[in-house]
Amino acid sequence: MTAPAEETAPGPDARGPDAPGPALDPGAAAARATGAILRDTLHAPHRGVVVDSPPGAGKSTLVVRAALELAAAGRPLMVVAQTNAQVDDLVLRLAEKNPELPVGRLHSSDTDPYDKALDDLPNVRKSAKAGDLAGLDVVLSTAAKWAHVKVDEPWRHAIVDEAYQMRSDALLAVAGLFERALFVGDPGQLDPFAIVGSEQWAGLSYAPSASAVTTLLAHNPRLPQHRLPVSWRLPASAAPLVSDAFYPYTPFRSGTGPGDRRLAFAVPSDGSGPDRVIDEAAESGWGLLELPARHTPRTDPEAVRAVASVVARLLARGGTAVSERAPDEPVPLTAGRIAVGTAHRDQAAAVRAALAGLGVTDVTVDTANRLQGREFDVTVVLHPLSGRPDATAFHLETGRLCVLASRHRHACIVVCRAGVSDLLDDHPSTEPVQLGVTVKFPDGWEAMMSTWDHWSEHRVVWCP
Amino acid sequence: MSLIATLARLEAVRAGRAQPAATVRHRHLSDRPLVFVPLTTAGEAGAPLGALVGTDRDAPRLLAVPQPRDRDLRFAFLAELADVVLPYVDAHAGVVEAAERTETDPETGKRVKVEVELCADAPQLIVPSRAGIDFVRLLGRSMRFRRTAEQDPETPYPAPPRVPLLGRWLTHFGERARVPGSSLLLAMSDLLARHWTTGQSSLEDQHLGALLAWIAPPEGVSGAEAALRAELARDADGQLECPPAGPATDPAFDNRLLAPAIERYDRARAALAAAEDGARADERLGALTAAEDQILALVSSRTLPTWDKVWDGLDLLRALPEGAHVEERWTRDRWSFTGHRDRVLAGEPPQPRRDDAVTAANKLATREREQARLDAQEALDDPLVMAGRRLAGEAFAGEVTDVVMAYSEGRRPSPRPLVTVRTDDRPHLGERARVYRSLGGKPQSAEFVAAEEDGTLLVLRVLDKMGRGKEPEAGSVPEKGDRVCFTLFEHEQRGGAKLPDPEDTPWTHGGPPGEAGAVPEVADPVTEEDVL
Repeated sequence: MTAPAEETAPGPDARGPDAPGPALDPGAAAARATGAILRDTLHAPHRGVVVDSPPGAGKSTLVVRAALELAAAGRPLMVVAQTNAQVDDLVLRLAEKNPELPVGRLHSSDTDPYDKALDDLPNVRKSAKAGDLAGLDVVLSTAAKWAHVKVDEPWRHAIVDEAYQMRSDALLAVAGLFERALFVGDPGQLDPFAIVGSEQWAGLSYAPSASAVTTLLAHNPRLPQHRLPVSWRLPASAAPLVSDAFYPYTPFRSGTGPGDRRLAFAVPSDGSGPDRVIDEAAESGWGLLELPARHTPRTDPEAVRAVASVVARLLARGGTAVSERAPDEPVPLTAGRIAVGTAHRDQAAAVRAALAGLGVTDVTVDTANRLQGREFDVTVVLHPLSGRPDATAFHLETGRLCVLASRHRHACIVVCRAGVSDLLDDHPSTEPVQLGVTVKFPDGWEAMMSTWDHWSEHRVVWCP
Repeated sequence: MSLIATLARLEAVRAGRAQPAATVRHRHLSDRPLVFVPLTTAGEAGAPLGALVGTDRDAPRLLAVPQPRDRDLRFAFLAELADVVLPYVDAHAGVVEAAERTETDPETGKRVKVEVELCADAPQLIVPSRAGIDFVRLLGRSMRFRRTAEQDPETPYPAPPRVPLLGRWLTHFGERARVPGSSLLLAMSDLLARHWTTGQSSLEDQHLGALLAWIAPPEGVSGAEAALRAELARDADGQLECPPAGPATDPAFDNRLLAPAIERYDRARAALAAAEDGARADERLGALTAAEDQILALVSSRTLPTWDKVWDGLDLLRALPEGAHVEERWTRDRWSFTGHRDRVLAGEPPQPRRDDAVTAANKLATREREQARLDAQEALDDPLVMAGRRLAGEAFAGEVTDVVMAYSEGRRPSPRPLVTVRTDDRPHLGERARVYRSLGGKPQSAEFVAAEEDGTLLVLRVLDKMGRGKEPEAGSVPEKGDRVCFTLFEHEQRGGAKLPDPEDTPWTHGGPPGEAGAVPEVADPVTEEDVL
């Protein structure tokens, strides 16, 4: 969400779907962008390439493809991801695409440092010591683990995944390990943060708590920047809103059309609030279940119960989902395909407890931070401002709402107390302006307002 | 604000006085702290108006700048301040004990133990408020790049000797104050707010008078009434009865008392300069001294109430016993002090205006580590703090109801006993979550296995600190009937990764600082506004 940067290698797709000329179909637009990225990565003289990827635009697919091509070109490659789950996921995807490729998984010396599924892959070597993995085509690990690695000869190439969630100081610790790198990430998700104040360095190009990409581009402004133009995850109902609200200067579109994704329920509505909002969301892709206005503690019992009953009804009503992957074969909407997103961990814990009370298991319930990078068919979101007397910077953070509103393939149901627009009117954003810091667009206040406006059209008022 | 803090505020409102937020003192207090109550001039950043400073409650040293815009008078003030602060600092720098430190041997690259000096005690500066800490930082910034005539005979406005050195020390104090849990430079209002919870907002808690009014209200008056009086009550002349803790002063004081007094001083000085003969000069010098005394009296009248309040606060805090980990954190303050003493002695240049990329990242990493360490240590030292963590689902306490011996699989089975704890707390335990308890000051870890009976019974598998044998060492496994407290947060912090040296700063961060970093920085250029 940085202000629009001039792209040094603009392709026709980089201008977005509204660019003049005949509109490419999504597949062709995405392929063209990927081609340009790989060309720059493999052949451009620059030391780095930056790729911005909106939610569900095939970032992991791109990383895997770039890794395979770099390996095929005989360039030893290191891959830096931010969490162990991300690293394991990439290893599995690499092995799926090319089971013969010699891959190294560098891990920590804690217990259970990696996914047990990696043990079944014959060409994946695992070690806590980088020396054991020397000579393998691709070595993957977390930024935290890489920071402890010492090398005499740097890697020819690196891929840094989720680079917008990586802090500048984490990049500082690993940047000596590689000569050139491909940086991939979603600028709209949550920014990295520090648990202590770091205003002291605000405005410095290398402010340690800024994102790795911010620092990289501040020192290397001429690096090619690319953008993936198509979200394959978000349905046609969601992509325009998410694009307008969170990526106003770098728009993207949905890879599917309005009729390609459908939700249907075997059991008809019983007329209750949860059922009505489920039907609204099945119809339009969005649903807002609005509870009466009230100031509540964070773990608002009524709102938590409302979230739980929406989830329970989603499962009880025998939902099926049809998507472009199999247009003639409806897939049952199971607990594993549903997620609940909250702002705070105690809210997630309360929702988990409420779901357990209703006998619902296997539904993912987590905070926005932990839902980053994940994908579900239907999500139920407890709105960050629900029941609050004030709107703090934490609750207004653009990335938090963006993550919560962009995890779904079919529909998203937002549960909230009434009065968000009044709350926003009462709390204009008052973050201090720091000299030298790039102003972010849109600010959280603006994004809150525009998403709320849109969701209000799909409102179901319910008094439990 | 945490749930327990909200509850404590509600209780404070109901009780009419502040409630304890801690049962022990979580910061080190020196036996002989240097209390510094500065005042600044409105409208000009970093122009001191005066100060009370000293280590003796009954004998503060009063310093004032009769014309704050006069650079010579300001330098005179700073020189006087240096005469108080630097001997206090030096007194601590001279007393050392032998200590060991691990360093990397430059030749072999191995980690070796080195015998070094560690100052036996460190100085401690106490200011009334958080704004006071910023002011210390600002004073440090304004002085450390100045040159004395001895350092640079060409400098147009030489600083008095020792003033640049004072700037370096104040900068060090100010920078250290940003490290969580450090005690080299403390603000009294922060200290009190850490240990007591009042019935007002945390913003209002920054008013030292109001804060103390909640903690120790006068007989028969509620904390809220006393705080309101401290904030607003004015005497017949319209002056605040409880002057703000500064460094900013009340505008009514500036307009009605200070401005006329400074004007009188200016007139007296101009008259003295224009005096034509000795007799008249003597008379006018008398008038000047009188004008100066008046400003001194004004500064004293605004700082003395705050001075007393700071010492009252120290008395309140000293009544609390020191937390168990406070000494350990103070030792790190002593290391920090010793390190800066050595840099000064080695003739290194003053701290740069801006940190380079590596220094900034190292500082941030240290502070984050210290914050996590402080959070854990405060909870371990203090059941009231731990109660807050338990209420937040980050810890749980209860009674052991069952212990079943079990062993790990593998060639050499080790003990992995299953311990069942009955608790009323509601910890946010994920699948196989790690929990820790303190066993003889060391953390023992266990793994969450299952919750039974609606989560009131928690089954844990103890993982370590049971010795090497097949049977766990005596006392290393909780027994039935024991009271235990487990935390979801770790007790000790791992060291972070080593960052590159500044001269190896990578291309992503602009490369090495190079030549630009090697030239010593000069003071800000003097502008017309600087010289009146």
